[in-house]
Amino acid sequence: MRSYRISWDILKYATLAVAVFAILFPPYIIVVNAFKTAEEFFEKAATALPDSFLHFANFAEAFEKADMPRAFGNTAVIIVLSLVLNILIGSAFCYAVGRFQFKLRGPLVGLFLFATIIPSITTQVVNYKTIQALELTNNLLGPVLLYVGADILQIYIYLQFVRSIPYELDESAMIEGASLFRIFRSIIFPLLGPATATIIILKTISIYNDMFVPYLYLPRPEHVVVSTSLMRFFSVNSGDWQLISSAILIIMIPTAILYLFLQKYIFAGVTSGAVK
Amino acid sequence: MLSGMSIQKQRKLIIFSFITVPLLLLLTFAYYPALELVRLSFTDWDGISADKTYIGWANYKEVFSNPEIFGVFRNNVAYFVVGIVQNIAAIYFAVVLNGKLKGKNLFRLLLFLPYILNGVAVAFLFGYVYDTTNGSLNLLLGQLGFDQLAETSWLGQSQLVDYSLASISFWRFMGFNMVIYLAALQSIPSDLYEAASIDGANGWQKFIYITLPNIYKIIELNLFLTVTGALEVFDLPFVLTKGGPAGASETFVLKIVETAFQFNNYGLASAMSVVLLLFVIIVLSIQRYLLKGKGE
Repeated sequence: MRSYRISWDILKYATLAVAVFAILFPPYIIVVNAFKTAEEFFEKAATALPDSFLHFANFAEAFEKADMPRAFGNTAVIIVLSLVLNILIGSAFCYAVGRFQFKLRGPLVGLFLFATIIPSITTQVVNYKTIQALELTNNLLGPVLLYVGADILQIYIYLQFVRSIPYELDESAMIEGASLFRIFRSIIFPLLGPATATIIILKTISIYNDMFVPYLYLPRPEHVVVSTSLMRFFSVNSGDWQLISSAILIIMIPTAILYLFLQKYIFAGVTSGAVK
Repeated sequence: MLSGMSIQKQRKLIIFSFITVPLLLLLTFAYYPALELVRLSFTDWDGISADKTYIGWANYKEVFSNPEIFGVFRNNVAYFVVGIVQNIAAIYFAVVLNGKLKGKNLFRLLLFLPYILNGVAVAFLFGYVYDTTNGSLNLLLGQLGFDQLAETSWLGQSQLVDYSLASISFWRFMGFNMVIYLAALQSIPSDLYEAASIDGANGWQKFIYITLPNIYKIIELNLFLTVTGALEVFDLPFVLTKGGPAGASETFVLKIVETAFQFNNYGLASAMSVVLLLFVIIVLSIQRYLLKGKGE
């Protein structure tokens, strides 16, 4: 029994060590090479440390050449607009559906839940034409509309949450003469805070990491976003790994920082988002 | 601002105004395209001209009979195979992290890390790892003494490329699956394990008779995500190989995108999308059916 336990302990830590190595090895390579000069890069092995971790020239060059100030700006605009609309529309919808009984309420909720089985990637052929008809291709609002309209994660999360808020709160506010809109704005919406936080985090990560929509809908250089800036930069500088490494790092860092600080919410959000 | 109105009136107004916009969006971006897709799949529309000629089942015949189209699913199989291994690894690490362990949170933090990184950045990250001459994987293999293996062209060989790409999604999504399994494991009441210990069950028996049955639903959920994920692979081959070498890493969605947006064959692309949609629905139905059988 004891030897069994010891061998399980060894196996446990050995496999974890392998996993951690496998996870950290690719980023390690990027980190050490991003700080190398061109000469260092050719002289040294890819796994070797750079002479100095203060050699930031690659970062400066990548940042400028990949047009990253603009890319981060455009990505930020898309994320902020999508989040605001998602939160307003999603919370209002779930308030109406979660609080009132009306005809067709069941089928309406069913319609939203059923839509999740349609993979958004299959409908792009038609959505592309819709966005074109609305004259929103080559416009940052096109992706915003898709992130707001074609994804219903927020509905799931808010719906679960609205139902957990006790109805007595609404009733006592009504007795005090508050309008329903006031109840939504001053009571329900603030209480939805944790759900809103989850939605903000999950959507920010998914929009920041998305490549398909910006690639398809924002082909012009002035509409470059984070993902497409890296793709364009790579196609021009392929083989120049110390430069590409720093570009990759610049793009990975924002979500990695977000992750370090908000890990608790991210784990909770991923779990509740997946088990919908 | 509505306080002048009766509650009944307010209620109607709120329901109407709060539901209209999301409903319109849902219909425009989920249901309308699904139906329009079906309609277009029976035409030869090129995406530009006004006339859409009805051509019957010709597009579907093309999808199923042209090996260049349907045969592409062969490449998606690699993602499915690797996805299964990925789930086994995820369950294993979830069990490890759920037990007695030092540095539990740190391990969870690290294993989940790849999931939140930008997908294009991850793809290029592995472009570097897999690079034949400068790549760090071959360098590592060389240092470990596998000289022959160290000359492998991971993305340039048609038998290998899909597994190389699928391994990237293993790297990226294993931690995601693990976190979901972990949450399921933590919801299993601990007295079940205590009772089993009293009865003299060992760790493996507890895993088989308590853990597995209790996370059955979550396993199915993850398998569904794995299967649909394998059917819908797009960004890795698109970014890294453009479907090459010689179409060996072409996936079905990559093919749809090319057919529609490069060759302007919207009719055929729609038929392909409908086929993909049906596959996803079939997988989901099978999963629901099995789940129902198990639940009763």
